[in-house]
Amino acid sequence: MAMNYNSKDEVDGGPPCAPGGTAKTPRPDNTAFKQQRLPAWQPILTAGTVLPTFFIIGLIFIPIGIGIFVTSNNIREIEGNVFMYYALSNFYQNHRRYVKSRDDSQLNGDSSALLNPSKECEPYRRNEDKPIAPCGAIANSMFNDTLELFLMGNDSYPTPITLKKKSIAWWTDKNVKFRNPPGEESLEERFKGTTKPVNWLNPVYMLDSDPDNNGFINEDFIVWMRTAALPNFRKLYRLIERKSDLHPTLPAGRYYLNITYNYPVHSFDGRKRMILSTISWMGGKNPFLGIAYIAIGSISFFLGVVLLVINHKYRNSSNTADITI
Amino acid sequence: MEREPAAAEEPGPPGRRRRRRRRTRTVRSNLLPPPGAEDPAAGAAKGERRRRVCAQHLADNRLKTTKYTLLSFLPKNLFEQFHRLANVYFVFIALLNFVPAVNAFQPGLALAPVLFILAVTAFKDLWEDYSRHRSDHEINHLGCLVFSREENKYVNRFWKEIRVGDFVRLRCNEIIPADILLLSSSDPDGLCHIETANLDGETNLKRRQVVRGFSGLVSEFNPLTFTSVIECEKPNNDLTRFRGCIIHDNGKKAGLYKENLLLRGCTIRNTDAVVGIVIYAGHETKALLNNSGPRYKRSQLERQMNCDVLWCVLLLICMSLFSAVGHGLWVRQYQDKRSLFDVPESDGSALSPVTAAVYSFLTMIIVLQVLIPISLYVSIEIVKVCQVYFINQDMELYDEETDSQLQCRALNITEDLGQIQYIFSDKTGTLTENKMVFRRCTVSGIEYSHDANAQRLARYQEADSEEEEVVPRGGLVSQRGSIGSHQSIRMMHRTQSTKSHRRTGSRAEAKRASMLSRHTAFSSPMEKDITPDPKLLEKVSECDRCLAVARHQEHPLAHLSPELSDVFDFFIALTICNTVVVTSPDQPRQKVRVRFELKSPVKTIEDFLRRFTPSRLTSGCSSIGNLATNKSNHKSGSNFLSNLSSNSTLLRLEDKLGQSAPAIASNGYSSQAGNWAPEPTREQEPELKKEELELRYEAESPDEAALVYAAKAYNCALVDRLHDQVSVELPHLGRLTFELLHTLGFDSIRKRMSVVIRHPITDEINVYTKGADSVVMDLLLPCSSDDARGRHQKKIRSKTQNFLNMYAVEGLRTLCIAKRVLSEEEYACWLQSHLEAESSLDNREELLFQSAIRLETNLHLLGATGIEDRLQEGVPETIAKLRQAGLQIWVLTGDKQETAINIARACKLLDHEEEVITLNAESQEACAALLDQCLHYVQSRGLHSTPEKTEGKMSVGFSPLCPTPASTASNPSPSLVIDGRSLAYALEKNLEDKFLFLAKQCQSVLCCRSTPLQKSMVVKLVRSKLKAMTLAIGDGANDVSMIQVADVGVGILGQEGMQAVMASDFAVPRFRYLERLLIVHGHWCYSRLANMVLYFFYKNTMFVGLLFWFQFYCGFSASAMIDQWYLIFFNLLFSSLPQLVTGVLDKDVPAHVLLTKPQLYRSGQNMEEYRPQTFWLNMVDAAFQSLVCFFIPYLAYYNSDVDLFTWGTLITAIALFTFLLHLGIETRTWTWLNWITCGFSIILFFTVALIYNASCAACYPPSNPYWTVQTLLRDPVFYLTCLIAPVTALLPRLFFKALQGSLFPTPLQLGRQSARKCPKRLNIPKETFAQGRLEGDLRTDHSVGRTISPSASLSRDRVSQDCTSQAAWHTQQAACSPEASEEPSMVDNSVPLRDDTVLEGLSAQSPGSSTWGAAVPEGCPEESKVKSTSAGRVAPLSSLFNLPNFSSINWISSLSLVSGLGNGQAGRGVPVQAPSGRAGLKGTDHGLLLVAPSRGRS
Repeated sequence: MAMNYNSKDEVDGGPPCAPGGTAKTPRPDNTAFKQQRLPAWQPILTAGTVLPTFFIIGLIFIPIGIGIFVTSNNIREIEGNVFMYYALSNFYQNHRRYVKSRDDSQLNGDSSALLNPSKECEPYRRNEDKPIAPCGAIANSMFNDTLELFLMGNDSYPTPITLKKKSIAWWTDKNVKFRNPPGEESLEERFKGTTKPVNWLNPVYMLDSDPDNNGFINEDFIVWMRTAALPNFRKLYRLIERKSDLHPTLPAGRYYLNITYNYPVHSFDGRKRMILSTISWMGGKNPFLGIAYIAIGSISFFLGVVLLVINHKYRNSSNTADITI
Repeated sequence: MEREPAAAEEPGPPGRRRRRRRRTRTVRSNLLPPPGAEDPAAGAAKGERRRRVCAQHLADNRLKTTKYTLLSFLPKNLFEQFHRLANVYFVFIALLNFVPAVNAFQPGLALAPVLFILAVTAFKDLWEDYSRHRSDHEINHLGCLVFSREENKYVNRFWKEIRVGDFVRLRCNEIIPADILLLSSSDPDGLCHIETANLDGETNLKRRQVVRGFSGLVSEFNPLTFTSVIECEKPNNDLTRFRGCIIHDNGKKAGLYKENLLLRGCTIRNTDAVVGIVIYAGHETKALLNNSGPRYKRSQLERQMNCDVLWCVLLLICMSLFSAVGHGLWVRQYQDKRSLFDVPESDGSALSPVTAAVYSFLTMIIVLQVLIPISLYVSIEIVKVCQVYFINQDMELYDEETDSQLQCRALNITEDLGQIQYIFSDKTGTLTENKMVFRRCTVSGIEYSHDANAQRLARYQEADSEEEEVVPRGGLVSQRGSIGSHQSIRMMHRTQSTKSHRRTGSRAEAKRASMLSRHTAFSSPMEKDITPDPKLLEKVSECDRCLAVARHQEHPLAHLSPELSDVFDFFIALTICNTVVVTSPDQPRQKVRVRFELKSPVKTIEDFLRRFTPSRLTSGCSSIGNLATNKSNHKSGSNFLSNLSSNSTLLRLEDKLGQSAPAIASNGYSSQAGNWAPEPTREQEPELKKEELELRYEAESPDEAALVYAAKAYNCALVDRLHDQVSVELPHLGRLTFELLHTLGFDSIRKRMSVVIRHPITDEINVYTKGADSVVMDLLLPCSSDDARGRHQKKIRSKTQNFLNMYAVEGLRTLCIAKRVLSEEEYACWLQSHLEAESSLDNREELLFQSAIRLETNLHLLGATGIEDRLQEGVPETIAKLRQAGLQIWVLTGDKQETAINIARACKLLDHEEEVITLNAESQEACAALLDQCLHYVQSRGLHSTPEKTEGKMSVGFSPLCPTPASTASNPSPSLVIDGRSLAYALEKNLEDKFLFLAKQCQSVLCCRSTPLQKSMVVKLVRSKLKAMTLAIGDGANDVSMIQVADVGVGILGQEGMQAVMASDFAVPRFRYLERLLIVHGHWCYSRLANMVLYFFYKNTMFVGLLFWFQFYCGFSASAMIDQWYLIFFNLLFSSLPQLVTGVLDKDVPAHVLLTKPQLYRSGQNMEEYRPQTFWLNMVDAAFQSLVCFFIPYLAYYNSDVDLFTWGTLITAIALFTFLLHLGIETRTWTWLNWITCGFSIILFFTVALIYNASCAACYPPSNPYWTVQTLLRDPVFYLTCLIAPVTALLPRLFFKALQGSLFPTPLQLGRQSARKCPKRLNIPKETFAQGRLEGDLRTDHSVGRTISPSASLSRDRVSQDCTSQAAWHTQQAACSPEASEEPSMVDNSVPLRDDTVLEGLSAQSPGSSTWGAAVPEGCPEESKVKSTSAGRVAPLSSLFNLPNFSSINWISSLSLVSGLGNGQAGRGVPVQAPSGRAGLKGTDHGLLLVAPSRGRS
């Protein structure tokens, strides 16, 4: 009989047709899956069935919204650690070619990439036949104003406020992603053979005096290298740590901000800002989410009411419709 | 293995070129030295080599169906894949990525999805090719015996080693390895039987003949002596044709025909061994040339989808252009300022705005490529494969009887099943079972109504329904008169046995039965057990007796009255005028061999007979002959003959009855019992015999088998057929052997077949012709009206014609049987010309045709038969459902108009309430005029019905669910009946539009007498002009063209072979499975796929929207905030699975609701799920959702220190959640698979993200996403945004869905709701069907007792439209004829439906079409009145259009024309106007009944 089958295949049509489509298939199995009888939940979307969803959304969203709103508004009080940001507007850090213009291997301390940066860095790859470290447009355009904050006391001489330079970048960035070139020598030695980015005042190994915050692992540099999502962005600049529980971190008073202006923003019609803020559990101050939650919750609640009315009005007619079936 | 000398086709190199251009092939034996070799010794080596070279261009028998080799696979497969435009597009995009200036992703990464898709397809192709290779290998290595010169014997070889010119020896049941010319057979007649099931699915045996000139060889054929040259056609794929000639050494030529050729793939049966020479091998065999690859069709949905893909491309280009312009402007804005973030070119120069714009444009195309869904095509293919799998697995589509199930042969048009608008159906074998059952016959002008037979058939039908009790039936039957008693008992017996078989029959048993019936087609008990009409049986046995006595006298037939002689000839003709092969059941394929017996004493007759025999006749012919011998045979214990005896079935029954009811048995067979009283020996082994004795008949067409079985029921049994003789067994005469001089086979032009025999009793040469009445009636010997005999003949003919018309009206297939006695001179004269024709080489067919026509003239009419082709189970219900589903059903048949109309009525295609417009035109002009008139009429009707329609529309939404009968009953649209000739006119260019317009208005269209070409033309016309989705269903070769032309072709795995199935996209076991296939699976497939495609578009647009909105915030620089990995794999990995599961498993409405409310099918026809506006609405929603999903994170992180890719990951996550929620709203059924895949998608996304973001600190530039997700997951804002954004995005959709579901629910939604509210009520199958219920009620009424009021039973007669009542009603008409009205009491009792039979003149057979009320008039006077009025009205019309003078046709067309054209209300007016009290009562009653359902619903 096997012969029969072969011959049949041969004659009937070369390629096997449907899976299981030939006459060989025996009687189909009576399983729920094969007979498409799997137990199933079959929601029907009508006003009556959907309106609880709307009410539930409303009931959940409005309280959340209120909670967020309150939290966000509370951020104003300057208690706890205060974060000092600089903000740039109209700066397109998300520009496609700008975003690409970096060499992560170089930043990771790869010696070969240090001396021979990726092509992506063009035209900020080499300067005067020396490789640029760190190469690329992002590094080249690093924000290099310095901000200093002074408290103008009653005695009218400014008290400088300690601005912490470290732990403003992600821990992983600082410890894993960004690495100085390996070696025991001084940082300058390790960066030997490279040149500074065109726009920089100092080479990369002179970003900071603290060896743990110098070179590629300089946290200001790391923060800058994390390109912002939107053209108006802020970046963490310094931390103002709270000294004691008794005093507010920044007591009320007149403050004096000293800016060493290096960074031109006219070229892109940008603006610079300095922001002092605390953060709550949900980050910096942003009333949007709270308002959005309240709004969406209310809308949902309202739609729920509309559906309730509709359901009440039209339930009868839909029932009669069924009878006519 | 040593090599056989290679085949030699063309003799020498010089001649080769010339010969190859010729249209013939020359084949020589491989065993001979090549003709070019001058002397064998010197040229041996050279010749050998050359022969091999020669053989190169001849295909060997190696089968290679694979497409690729190991080396060619990659290039060839890729080349094929790039035929798909989409693949080219995606590769282009991926390659674009390699251009640094514009690249958006890492080039290698961008290639990944394309490569993935290509790899998946390539793998699939590879796997398919491999399995093909494996099966090829298996077939190539089958063994067979090939003659070897070296060993001088047949040696075993593989199939692949066979070459053209080899000699092959095949044994019984072996498969033929190549196309072989039959040279020798173990059969003494040089015959060989083959089964072509593998080739065309026909299970009956076909006979092949040894080449003329070789059949005479006494000794075994020796290949070494074969020196002839064969010239034949070049390989071609025509299975039914083979021509050539064989040239012997002595220069003699002999023709070769298809009867000499054994085709590859067939199986040798009934023959011990055959030898032949290979003519075509391997891929040149006819079987393989016929093997075309799988079909590729593109579904309508896919076409629409492709159109929308183009829209997407346009959208993509627009977005990119917009972006490019924006970027150009943006660059220009910052150009002079040299802003810090504006990266100059590598040479330090600033990018010009135009260059930047161009770059941006290209990059945007890469970034937004997701808009063109790369995975869409793959997903659709996966979903379709799954759909096909589920359709194949559906138990409800499995036919237990035939152990077959639906086969999807085309994989890519499943969703078309849900959108069909027109069904074109064949009739025979599609609507009907193609199981021909002998119903009644007329012999020499006397009608034998075979009432008992009709009852038996009715009983089978009831047995099918398995509802009735056996006992009351038996009681009922036994009330009948004594004449029918034995039959009724027998019948009861049978009914019981069938019943018990059906009841107790386990699956295995049913399977066994089906296996048996598969081995021998046309052998169900229903077809075989024919209950003879007692009167006719009496006459037959009288003939038999008389002849037995008179056979040795001078003119034996002269002792019979002309009528009896006709009866005798009639049955002889039924028995032998065919090509039926006799086999025995235990070895289904072994021909019954009784030759030894034929070599019995009566040698003299044989010699006598052989005088004129042109062909060889080695052994015996006439049988023992007289009763005494017969009996002695029985007594001697060799029960061989008795085994073969025709009455074995009767004997069996006799035995059984002998045990159960001996008294009745002896009573019943009093007239015959004495002659074949059971021998004592038989009593002891009845069981054994039952298994062995029965003969099986294998016929090429079911009609033939039916007639042979019918003759057998009259004890006139075909027991043996050899190519030159036929043996018939009669109870008294014993075995009569007719020398078969010629068989002129059936062809569709002649529409008849004939056999020329020498009658053993009279020694005359007789021609028996069997054919369509229309043809045979014209060929009759013209009889003068002068003498009494001629008048009598004329009378007989007109009577027969009347009966024929009646049969046709009943829906029976009619055949006329005629006879001609040839004088020896006439025969000799004809024979000469015939032999010339036969041996002619050129236009042999033509000459044979002419020769046949010469022979078949001056016939003497014997009688006619009516064969019923029963409707398949469930056909009326299926048709009703399909019509409810809004499908227009056209029946295209080759049958007669009356037969077709009646079948159409029986299957509810034509309603009795409906008006029937009949188009019978004799000329183009008449056709045009008729069309115009019909159109005018239909339009005027349309005006009347418009108010109702608008009313229907006003009841919003609910109206479609109201059953259509309610709306149509008040004003049903008419039906159109058109015959083949008029159809030909109507299909002319200038008329086709009118015809289509008319046909569109009609509820159903019936095309009779249409040719296969017309069928396909009609389908093509509807398809192209009406732009409608068409489905063609058929079972035979004549439907193939129609099946191929239609959008969806469905073949029926029927009795007529596999050709239709081969050409089809879907093959169903029975017509009724079409209902579930279309209404359930078609709907599901369509709705699933439509929703999935829409979802795909939504998903991609929404995703791309996110990227596009971002461009406004990145200077249109084609930057993407979403990591390239997510961007590329999002569609492929994270969001693909849930939609696939939904696309495969989602059920918008449960199956039982779809079946009970076929109207829901209309949603697919109207493309409700996937329309252009749905598409655009979908796109708008996608745009809105992407806005929400973009701006909520935007605002939430406005002016924050979030970095690009953290924010992008957040958006990706939001998008994922939104997609899943959206899918959740769209998913109608949530199985655990849906939940799991949704969960899996989310988990997969985060797992991949976490792993990816932790894997490498400095990799994946430019995004280097190290620890991004990890940081993000610590941010509460992430969760808050992920909650609010998807909810906000989907709130409107959910709200509008709910609103729509409450305010404007679609029928589908209502269906779902009702399914939910009362699932149980709807689960009851069948009963919900309104008409079915009505019928059921009435049926119970009927079974309660016989006290039904006349009106009630009549109304049942009217309302119930199943075929039995139809048939019964027609029998009523038959009862009007004086001959048939002899047994009124029996008729009354046996057919309960007709207890108040209305006698009716035959002249007034009412069609009951439009004027159903008039169809059942009270008695003849009124009837004639009705008739006369109608005739009066019709007169001008018929004269105008030159309607055929043929009474019944005239009548049908005229009546319907009158009701159709003259007065639209006439049809419905008549019943109310019926004058006499009773009729009036009935009429109103009837009217009420008709109105009731519509009222109940409206």
